[in-house]
Amino acid sequence: MSLLEIVYFIIPLTISYAAPLIFTAIGGVFSERAGVVNIGLEGLMVMGAFTGILFNLFYADTFGSWTPWLALLVAMAVSAIFSIMHAVASITFRADQVVSGVAINMLGIAIALFSVKMIFDKGQTDFIQQSIPRFNVPVLHEIPFIGPMFFTGIYGSSILAIGLALLAWFIIYKTPFGLRLRSVGEHPMAADTMGINVTKIRYIAVIISGGLAGIGGAIYSQTMTNDFGHATINGQGFMALAAMIFGKWHPIGAMGAALFFGFAQALAISSSSISYLENVPAVYFHILPYALTILALAGFIGRANAPKASGQPYIKGNR
Amino acid sequence: MSNRFVNILVPIISIILGLLVGAAVMWFSGYNPVMGYIALWNGIFGDMYSIGETIRQISPYILAGLAVAFAFRSGLFNIGVEGQLIVGWFAAAYVGMAFELPKFIHLPLALIAAALAGALWGLIPGILKATLHVHEVIVTIMMNYIALHTVNALIKAVSEGGYKTERIHPTASLRSDFLSNLTDFSTLHYGIFVALAMVAVMWFILEKTKTGFELKSVGFNDHASQYAGMNVKKNIILSMVVSGAFAGLGGAMEALGTFGNMVTRGGFTGIGFDGIAVALLGANTPLGVIFGASLFGSLKYGAGNMPNEAGVPVEIVSIVIALIIFFVASGYIIRVLLSKMKKKKEAK
Repeated sequence: MSLLEIVYFIIPLTISYAAPLIFTAIGGVFSERAGVVNIGLEGLMVMGAFTGILFNLFYADTFGSWTPWLALLVAMAVSAIFSIMHAVASITFRADQVVSGVAINMLGIAIALFSVKMIFDKGQTDFIQQSIPRFNVPVLHEIPFIGPMFFTGIYGSSILAIGLALLAWFIIYKTPFGLRLRSVGEHPMAADTMGINVTKIRYIAVIISGGLAGIGGAIYSQTMTNDFGHATINGQGFMALAAMIFGKWHPIGAMGAALFFGFAQALAISSSSISYLENVPAVYFHILPYALTILALAGFIGRANAPKASGQPYIKGNR
Repeated sequence: MSNRFVNILVPIISIILGLLVGAAVMWFSGYNPVMGYIALWNGIFGDMYSIGETIRQISPYILAGLAVAFAFRSGLFNIGVEGQLIVGWFAAAYVGMAFELPKFIHLPLALIAAALAGALWGLIPGILKATLHVHEVIVTIMMNYIALHTVNALIKAVSEGGYKTERIHPTASLRSDFLSNLTDFSTLHYGIFVALAMVAVMWFILEKTKTGFELKSVGFNDHASQYAGMNVKKNIILSMVVSGAFAGLGGAMEALGTFGNMVTRGGFTGIGFDGIAVALLGANTPLGVIFGASLFGSLKYGAGNMPNEAGVPVEIVSIVIALIIFFVASGYIIRVLLSKMKKKKEAK
């Protein structure tokens, strides 16, 4: 392939891989900004991916081309409800948030696979007929060079993801709710003294993170795999967690990190057909996102500091 | 109720709740929960073969549980047991296949290689935590994926493009004809004795040595330990290294005992994550880990019988295990309820 062909191939693939990561990572930003660690993103994504495929299979005849979009909404709702479990455990029951997240991950994949076997009597679902369509952005895709790179054959969900990042930035940094969210994650006692309901804000934040991770999972399953099995999500949730940290708990940063990780994944699967990279083993691209996250945390790529009260339950009256 | 009694009661209540909710899930999904649990029971204790296989399954669970528990005692959460176990698995399989040595050198060498590989995988997050205060949870999660992809690439490299390593030489094997014959030709191997020996090692380190005292002290309060003149950094690194070594030995159980080789993996083994459940249920004590590993190892192995005998998908057991973790983690609320019940009784 020529260099230009490679670029035209890699960049759309990068954006398609990044979209689910953006949704899930920004979900993580909401939760952690409010002081609740959410390791359970993987499990929430699994639930979203499963629900999306299930809805799509059952209602494709009823809703036609609207099905994948409605499936995103249903997946959002189901994962949001599922995330309440994490909220109850880590906020009300004062459980260790990491342990509760691990339980959510195990439970998500177990419930999804249990249901798949119950409904389909085999290890994975059928393939969906109505996946999220690709389209060319009118007018823009005719621009030379940029057009084929960014505006040809893209998923509508990718545009949604970038819109979401901007929206999340606005909510977290420009609205009263965002200020409350951040203050609850930095210093819950001070926030409580100012009359902010810490518990309520944290519940809302965790439920938002569940909903967004659900959408992320449903986008992944309806664009990348088109069915659901045990290996459908396979670490995308943890990669989103990495993107959130690499993006320093900032929505735009998380989007940038997700795009970069999407790029690494796109390279990993296509490096063998690229003349300059065919001799580089794919394993380097596979481990790149994770290695970079460790380096970012270690402070080699600018210091990444978690919200101060992240991981601690807030107990009224304790100092 | 004494504190100690409550500490034992919380995991027991959690197990019962987990099994009850699991039964409810089966009921609502149109399966017969009684049949399901009978099938589970038969899968665990049905005949000598099942018992042998169950004990075989328990060995790596003990080691994974010890790994999580050991780090936890120093205040560290090692989610990286999964990755440490995978590199240990590969190291043992490689040493087992690449060298030809007499048994009394080869087998210990393969075990040590596994422990060292796991220790190395624990060393990195340990150093980062001790020197740069990087949270070990995130680093170990990332190390899991690095382990998975690296080991897959290594298997490809040593098998010249294949997808699995050659079988280990019998001199490195943990297989035992005696144990196998005893249990109707199951794959039960000597690994269980290695695992139990490590339980004793952990107990000895924590309870009988100065190092163990320091490790626990750092876990309770690192500032106070620093003030008392202990080297907190050294203890944090040591804790992660020992934890990783336990996990690596868990991988050796699979390499030298159960499978005899390693195949490229699309995903994790799950043993490392179940180790968190084992340690949590066992309250991070060596004896508790044996108890937790016996429960979860049995459940995991016995579940294999559920689809055949009762038509219930095996995943029901994963649901039950996840629920048990969830309930143990939410122990605070169980304690509150217990103390309320106690007050009611007193009021009467």
